[in-house]
Amino acid sequence: MAAKVMNILLAGVGGQGTVLAGKLLGEVALQAGLDVKVSEIHGMAQRGGGVVTQVRIGEKVFSPVIPQGTADALVAFEKLEALRWLPYLKAEGLLIVNNQSIDPLPVITGAAEYPEGILERIKESVSHAIIVRALDTALSCQNTKGVNMVLLGILAQRWGAISKDIWLRALAHVVKPHTLEANNRAFEAGIALAQS
Amino acid sequence: MKVIMTGNEALARGAWEAGVTVAAAYPGTPSTEILENMSRYPEVYSEWSPNEKVALEVGGGAAIAGARTLVAMKHVGVNVAADPLFTLTYTGINGGLVLVSADDPGMHSSQNEQDNRNYAKFAKIPVLEPSDSQEAKDFVKLAFALSEEYDTPVMLRLTTRVAHGQSLVELGERVEAPLKDYVKNPGKYVMLPANARGRHLLVEERLVKLASLAETFPQNLVELREDSRLGVITAGTCYQYVREAFPQISVLKLGMTYPLPEKLIRQFASEVEQLVIVEELDPFFQEHLKAWGIPCLGKELFPLTGEFGPELVAAKLGSLMGGNQEVAAATAPAAAPVPTRPPVMCPGCPHRGVFYVLKKLDLVVSGDIGCYTLGALPPLGAMDTCICMGASISGALGMEKARGREFAKRMVAVIGDSTFMHSGVTGLMDVVYSQGITTILIVDNHITAMTGHQQHPGTGMTIKNQPTARVDIPALVRALGVNRVQEVDAYDMAAVEKALQEELAAEEPSVVIARRPCVLMLKNTGPVYTVVQGLCNRCGRCRLVGCPGVVYRKGQFPMIDVALCTGCGLCSQMCNKKAIMKGVD
Repeated sequence: MAAKVMNILLAGVGGQGTVLAGKLLGEVALQAGLDVKVSEIHGMAQRGGGVVTQVRIGEKVFSPVIPQGTADALVAFEKLEALRWLPYLKAEGLLIVNNQSIDPLPVITGAAEYPEGILERIKESVSHAIIVRALDTALSCQNTKGVNMVLLGILAQRWGAISKDIWLRALAHVVKPHTLEANNRAFEAGIALAQS
Repeated sequence: MKVIMTGNEALARGAWEAGVTVAAAYPGTPSTEILENMSRYPEVYSEWSPNEKVALEVGGGAAIAGARTLVAMKHVGVNVAADPLFTLTYTGINGGLVLVSADDPGMHSSQNEQDNRNYAKFAKIPVLEPSDSQEAKDFVKLAFALSEEYDTPVMLRLTTRVAHGQSLVELGERVEAPLKDYVKNPGKYVMLPANARGRHLLVEERLVKLASLAETFPQNLVELREDSRLGVITAGTCYQYVREAFPQISVLKLGMTYPLPEKLIRQFASEVEQLVIVEELDPFFQEHLKAWGIPCLGKELFPLTGEFGPELVAAKLGSLMGGNQEVAAATAPAAAPVPTRPPVMCPGCPHRGVFYVLKKLDLVVSGDIGCYTLGALPPLGAMDTCICMGASISGALGMEKARGREFAKRMVAVIGDSTFMHSGVTGLMDVVYSQGITTILIVDNHITAMTGHQQHPGTGMTIKNQPTARVDIPALVRALGVNRVQEVDAYDMAAVEKALQEELAAEEPSVVIARRPCVLMLKNTGPVYTVVQGLCNRCGRCRLVGCPGVVYRKGQFPMIDVALCTGCGLCSQMCNKKAIMKGVD
């Protein structure tokens, strides 16, 4: 296997801001002078389907995608997506879950039930799980679209390999100028959550 | 300066650096962002063409007129553009012409997973294949140089992982490519048989020269390693998977994947004990090697279908190396069964109510390509066929001719506005000309929605969001000879139903246009709806339209999610108890 690479999987629902989160991670790697690959697949529709972004950061990165069982961190923007992508997390890997449920189509139509007890199942099987109400945190920062930045603030703090300066510089680079302040607030709130 | 870019962004940047002045495309995943990025460069004339054939013809004309020209499309778009392609290869170009084919192994967003390397061989043109964003930028510049040096269109093949993957790119400066002189030359550009016969000879000679070039082409890269047990021939993203799993094995990475360098491959084969070909989809390289009698393994190990990944490559190559290779162990818990999350029409999508009506009327639905193809999925499930762009109308006419008029009266062809512009118009012409009575439903959301809101000739805006002439769909339809044309509000299910009933009964061709802009384009949507619990009898009818904004939990009253509701009112139209009201708290 190649030299040590940080594998980060972002899993969410279309419209939740996973794509921007992936963009931020890519820019963080660039600013840190590291190699990076970001791969995302968005399905046919614009909204409402599952969205997965894979980010790999290291001295030299070949594959754009992460094999099962090798993600160092899984950032789940929605509970059900946390459960779905859990097999990608390596043992002792970091799981960050946004405690929010968004019904998938089979649940909307009544063909399936939204599973109960997801957080309990996660706690049983993952040793490093951080479960937060990122939407509440984002709203308290007056940033209705800030779930992504709250979650990445937590990741930035827990990962710890890259300085906060670099994160903030990258953030300023990827978001629209008029949203920078709101995104900074959400990112800082995420850092604070991880410290508490 | 280094930046991070998708393959598509990098490709557009590379074309700009190469001095391109004309670019054309029809949107299609995973190619769309190439022209979106191209259009941001003021030095380049960019357009959304009505379809891929037009895009390549515009490109061919521009190249013959002396401009460096980029044309981009998804893999199935090349089918549409194949006609000009196969003759532009005979005429050759003047200014460089690069055709980007963005293939979609694994069909993340496509109706098939054809391997367009076959087109390069079929059309007798060279194809370059980058494996990341930097190469996408570098290779497009090489492609322009090749195109002009060898007087040929050049294909640049991407796959989804390269097109949509982001990686680091070193930016360069633009080098202007001045317009080449235009000289009338009918022997070269008028493909009458007498001229074409001569040109064909040149095409064959050119291919021999290109094969010779391939032997020393620097992007056909031999990476010899000490361990000579195994050697791999690969290209594109597969190279990255191979290198990820096995940094120590020898690899021949092909940057030009047609024509192939026979001598270089023979030389490489002689350096290794076992030669393996790692290529997604068709055994394109392998068939060449077999024809040349070079022993190798390929499709004996790897599948003909789907996208590859690092696990697959590690497992298959690892098995050849005595199973000593560490394959990443999945140490995390096994997947729990979880409901799937398929794509879904957005809350407020104007297609939803239309498809509910089609389902209610239990019609045979000849479908087409767009967001509305999701009408095939539950709970709507109102689609019988979906083949390719434009096939809804002509396919319906075929069904009518096979099964008769009574069948046609229970059938509708559904097509979006952008798809109608692309290739629905000719089908409708045939319905009129061939005396069909088919009813055509144009679901007009004023944009090419599925690929992310691209303009088309019916929107009145250019790719640079400048106002332009707008094709009037009702007027166009009437001009084709359709006398019965109705326009309805797509949100008004009763009106859609009434119009369809009337037109299905008519003994002549008819068109119903259901209008509403794509809800994602609207900055402000209407006031949200609320369920009045005192009136609701929990019958569940409101969920039959399958809107994500209607949340239904066992034993509870349905709820409207205020964050998702756009005020379209479909759920309210479904409710027999009038329990879903606008703006009630």
